[in-house]
Amino acid sequence: MRNFLNLNPNTEPSTSMEVIKVENLYKQYRLGQVSTGSIAHDLNRWWHTVRGKEDPYEKITGINNREESGSNDYVWALQDINFSVKQGEVLGIIGRNGAGKSTLLKILSKVTSPTKGNIKVKGRIASLLEVGTGFHPELTGRENIFLNGAILGMTKSEIRSKFDEIVAFSGVEKYIDTPVKRYSSGMYVRLAFAVAAHLEPEILIVDEVLAVGDVDFQKKCIGKMKDVSGEGRTVLFVSHNMEAVKGLCQRAVFLEQGKVVKNDSTQNVIDFYLQNNRDLKLSQKFEYSNAPGNEFAKLKSVSLKPKRDDGKPIITVKSELEIELEYWNEFDQVATNLSLHLNSFTGECVFAAITQLPVPILQKGVQRAKCFIPKDLLNTGFYSISIYVVKDTSIPICLFDDLLMFEVEEERDSTYWHGRFPGFVRPKLNFKIIKND
Amino acid sequence: MKDSWTEIISPKRSLLDINLKELWRYRDLIMLFVRRDFVSQYKQTILGPIWLFVQPLFTTLTFFFVFNQIAKIPTDNIDPILFYLSGITLWNYFSDCFNKTSNTFVANAGIFGKVYFPRLTTPISIVISNLIKLGIQVLLFLAIMVYQIVTKDIQVNVNMHILILPYLILLMAVMGLGLGIIFSALTTKYRDLSFLLTFGIQLLMYATPIIYPLSYTSGKLHAIISMNPLTPIMESFRYAFFSIGSFDWSGLAYTSIFSFGVLFLGIIIFNQVEKSFMDTV
Repeated sequence: MRNFLNLNPNTEPSTSMEVIKVENLYKQYRLGQVSTGSIAHDLNRWWHTVRGKEDPYEKITGINNREESGSNDYVWALQDINFSVKQGEVLGIIGRNGAGKSTLLKILSKVTSPTKGNIKVKGRIASLLEVGTGFHPELTGRENIFLNGAILGMTKSEIRSKFDEIVAFSGVEKYIDTPVKRYSSGMYVRLAFAVAAHLEPEILIVDEVLAVGDVDFQKKCIGKMKDVSGEGRTVLFVSHNMEAVKGLCQRAVFLEQGKVVKNDSTQNVIDFYLQNNRDLKLSQKFEYSNAPGNEFAKLKSVSLKPKRDDGKPIITVKSELEIELEYWNEFDQVATNLSLHLNSFTGECVFAAITQLPVPILQKGVQRAKCFIPKDLLNTGFYSISIYVVKDTSIPICLFDDLLMFEVEEERDSTYWHGRFPGFVRPKLNFKIIKND
Repeated sequence: MKDSWTEIISPKRSLLDINLKELWRYRDLIMLFVRRDFVSQYKQTILGPIWLFVQPLFTTLTFFFVFNQIAKIPTDNIDPILFYLSGITLWNYFSDCFNKTSNTFVANAGIFGKVYFPRLTTPISIVISNLIKLGIQVLLFLAIMVYQIVTKDIQVNVNMHILILPYLILLMAVMGLGLGIIFSALTTKYRDLSFLLTFGIQLLMYATPIIYPLSYTSGKLHAIISMNPLTPIMESFRYAFFSIGSFDWSGLAYTSIFSFGVLFLGIIIFNQVEKSFMDTV
């Protein structure tokens, strides 16, 4: 992926005109069951505002921290965000899951509104997140181009003038009058992307869509971003993948718990991120009352232990890792499986593993799970583990992000190789030279 | 130059900050939604648009047997088939507009959650696409009327009041849209309202002179049914076609004020909710 990520991050933006200015932006979310009892809350809030008093629910808010929240009903997803973007700049927005990146995006694309503060914008904003939004399976490719284009803010005549270009870009000329439900998924995505790519917005938002889709699609996204920034337009690139951000952006903003922690050149921001997140987390334990989680599951404990033939408690490429999880299952009779995601330090998912099939039906109460990561699989470096509780094999009901963080070290007595192997994994394969004697 | 921002994204709009200009810019989208709804609805059905005829005809026949033949409710000397069909045709338009716009937010949460466009485009497109359906059903009504005149020797006195028909339809559209978007805004927060709504619309039908003429009611009941803003529309429609019943300008004025008032209120509420509904849906 890296060779086409060269967007020449060192070019300075051509002008110094600000096109986005985020000022004292706050966003508050209500946690838990939103729809019960809110008539009463609303009436109470209304009664306070009528008498000119402060909103009674604004005070009792915690910060955006999934590990510590729990007792408060309201949470600040974004707090006092300030930054600006200049024309032609490619700005990276980085942060862990739940740091507020997607909330910021939603506010920027006007899907939801801020609680306080404002964002000033010059020009049209479009987002590659919206690929294929509003496509209707019964309509033909041609009809969907018009519909999708209009949803994204183009007028009919604008779409008509770009129609041939869009069709050519998508490469589905032959099937343009076929309902899109007959398209292969590749054709569908190509057509959808072609529409989004021809929007010609002044400001483009690219979310982590890059992580999904095939290599071709990623190339097209990157190519489009290059074009857009080359034409003096502005790009916001949102990701938790440091490598991609490094390749694309001159400047980055680092969000943590809903706040801007660092706003600097990409290299400085990434260095800062790496320095501040090196703490290891090898085990965690909670009381029921302050356990993280939600109404479906609450975390009791989690631990990671190395298992070695020599019994030493060190984590190296030759250590088998035993991960043990205990959680309170809050629902009875739910078909549950767990999904374990092992992430590299820069945020890419190295692999995901799920518990055994068929999926067991679990009772309410404490549940335990164990997972072993074999030795000779991981490379040296920092990794983090997230565990998701999944219902009916498809619906994630509780996400425990970055539960564990650990560093895999080099096995000390290995004498063959002293540099770090490339890659996320370093599996020991049955790989031999067959001598020609 | 410093203040040439094209847009400022901020927490709350004032009540009357309604961006109709933006809505007008998205008029192409409204028409494309209309087209999508119409095409997708009938593309994979065997009978296609014939369903548009089947439903009012069957309802008319049911009403005919239940209310005319069994319950013996009079129809003001209007041919019962035409009486019921006229009522059903208009009522269907109103209830479709109301029903379908009332779950705008919930039904479109997926697309609203991803991209911004003026949310009002969705309910407006529903009202327009139902207009096509109404047009076809009015043609059906006229065809049945001609058939009845020819085969049964029925007198039908169409009069000049028929010119007001487009306005009657506009009133229904405005009222249905207004009520629908009020409910759509409320159901984002209080989901249980949608159950109430289904039930309420059914009740409202019986409080509207559809299966009986207004002249059949008397006393307190008459007063209550006259209060229903839909009553003047039904009565005027029948009066225009059959010259029987009542035609009352003051009733229509009352309905007009009510309809546009409801729409105005609806737009204000809708406009407030559309900014933050993604957090509650």
